[in-house]
Amino acid sequence: MDILRFITAGSVDDGKSTLIGRLLYDSKSIMIDHLEAIEKQSKNKDEGEIDLALLTDGLRAEREQGITIDVAYKYFSTPKRKFIIADAPGHIQYTRNMVTGASNSDLAIILVDARNGVVEQTRRHSIITSLLNIPHVVVAINKMDLVDYSQDVFNNIVLDYSAVAKTLGLKDITYIPMSALNGDNIVEKSEKFPWYEGESLLHFLENVELTNDINYTDARFPVQYVIRPQTEDLHDYRGYAGKVISGVYKVGDKITVQPAGLQSTINKIEVGGKEVQEAFAPQSVILHLADDIDISRGDVIVQNNNQPSVENELEVFLCWMGSKPLKAGNKYLLQINSRLVKAVVREIEYKLDVNSLQQEAAPETVQLNDIIKATIKTATPIPFDSYKKLRVNGGAILIDETSNVTVGACMIQ
Amino acid sequence: MSKYQLDYLDQLESESIHIFREIAGQFERPALLFSGGKDSIVMVHLALKAFRPGKFPFPLVHIDTGHNFQEALDFRDELANSIGEKLIVRNVEDTIREKNLTEPKGKFASRNALQTFTLLDTIEEFKFDACIGGARRDEEKARAKERIFSVRDEFGQWDPKLQRPELWNTYNGRIHKGENVRVFPISNWTELDIWNYIKRNNIALPSIYFAHDREVLEYQGQYIATSKFIQIEPEDKIAIKKVRYRTVGDMTCTAAVESSASDLDGIINEIIATKTSERGETRIDDRVSEAAMEDRKKSGYF
Repeated sequence: MDILRFITAGSVDDGKSTLIGRLLYDSKSIMIDHLEAIEKQSKNKDEGEIDLALLTDGLRAEREQGITIDVAYKYFSTPKRKFIIADAPGHIQYTRNMVTGASNSDLAIILVDARNGVVEQTRRHSIITSLLNIPHVVVAINKMDLVDYSQDVFNNIVLDYSAVAKTLGLKDITYIPMSALNGDNIVEKSEKFPWYEGESLLHFLENVELTNDINYTDARFPVQYVIRPQTEDLHDYRGYAGKVISGVYKVGDKITVQPAGLQSTINKIEVGGKEVQEAFAPQSVILHLADDIDISRGDVIVQNNNQPSVENELEVFLCWMGSKPLKAGNKYLLQINSRLVKAVVREIEYKLDVNSLQQEAAPETVQLNDIIKATIKTATPIPFDSYKKLRVNGGAILIDETSNVTVGACMIQ
Repeated sequence: MSKYQLDYLDQLESESIHIFREIAGQFERPALLFSGGKDSIVMVHLALKAFRPGKFPFPLVHIDTGHNFQEALDFRDELANSIGEKLIVRNVEDTIREKNLTEPKGKFASRNALQTFTLLDTIEEFKFDACIGGARRDEEKARAKERIFSVRDEFGQWDPKLQRPELWNTYNGRIHKGENVRVFPISNWTELDIWNYIKRNNIALPSIYFAHDREVLEYQGQYIATSKFIQIEPEDKIAIKKVRYRTVGDMTCTAAVESSASDLDGIINEIIATKTSERGETRIDDRVSEAAMEDRKKSGYF
């Protein structure tokens, strides 16, 4: 059994909360006490029937206003897989929250209301899916019950969306017609769609291949912490603790420590106190090197024959998450994995219209939820990969040094 | 590439170890909140995997309400002792005396709320900048909203509307003096994941997690252990039942469940079959209002 992390994108009106409620309910992942609680709330609101959407709004303010403000994480599992849902709000003013949820997801479910087809919102969610490089996309064409389960409606939406996907370079797209409200094609394949030859949503989620998403070629190991017991019997023990974020490391590998460029050989690998011959992503391990070289938190251990870029000029797509606006010339801290450096946003090249995908002139100031193309200069060179090539070593955050808040998400180009 | 596949428990373990090491790398004075309950015991095992053969870069800290199960306290001391790590215990009793706090009244008077005072004092006393907790997002709807690195202001308060975005596996633990971060390394684990992990790693637990005979008071369909901490009225129904605990909190607000599960397989089967959530079945303090947990967290409860 493995884990699939996915995000659901769509506004409340598209039936996103109902879809999540359905998945949890039909896979028997809602506990009776939780159900009773929302049943009680539903009655309080004079709504007559259980409002499955209430399951996903965990905060008082969200329930009061009937909107989702922040990402909630939901869990369910089947005998085949454990699922982690990042339930992110869909409105434009919450773009940053969708980016947050999308950053960890293997798959995005983009909901489309069958009556409305591909709308601006669909495009925006797809743009974020593409920017964040989510490997798999499910276009959930929902509310098919309201269009008489029409194959023509479905086919037209598939055609429209294919054009969007092509512009964005989205790959691996699966279209599923459904009615979340009635449970058609959610857990079980529904007889209402005799023309549909694909799987139900859950069946698809259970079987989508994930191992291909892990990169076993480009080995990257950011050092998080140096373990030095300095006891009598472990006097010379010096282990570099961290997570293999991609690739495979073997005892005997010739390695380079970036950004300093120092070289050595791996002479021991430990996993959970046991010695092993090789370690692979995403294992948390301890590496030992043959030579005593200066290595500290933030350094990245790579194999000699496969190097990341090591530079101090970065081209990025940047999603601005700060309430204070961004201006070219502002200084921040940039954190990539465990490395933290000072950085300046040098130039704002253009702003991306997240609804049309058009490039707009660079704004004077960048506002909350804007997505821009920019260049960033870091105080010292950092090891990184292009986000498109290696997600785990191409995403960085910007931190406001005075408020300490995370204000930007950078996808390095 | 199948030989490089990690199963879900290994993935969860690796993610949690990564979080533990980020704490070690980012903070000066972290602390691991440790009660002797199953989640915090799993956390100690994860910390062993993250830092051995080195020492933990933090002490274990228990905020003892004085209403705990003796079995859990004994287990707490034994475990800390056997791994040779430092255990700091601070007592709510002392805070009540020193600060002249008012004890809650009523049948199941719980010191749950008072615990926050002692916790915040302890954070100040040791200048902890990070408190590592065993909360899971599947426990409760307010917790489903919480980040893995969750910032608290100088009053220990959580503001759910001002949470930092948390991207990829990059955690921003920067804070101002006086603030602290609550870190939750097992956020993505469910109750069942915890039990499966305990079984796979053969982790020892306090005896109260396994079915045993106990004198209990039946109250609104729940079984509360009789103790000097709760008021027992003549009309109360008291009986000896075969029970076990799903969570270990205070004796005043933690209910037992009827069970015959005397080993881990038995427990796992019961958890798979149950239709009631862990907190719903066993915590009477969450029932105070619909936002009970959210409100406690906002004021500094962890």
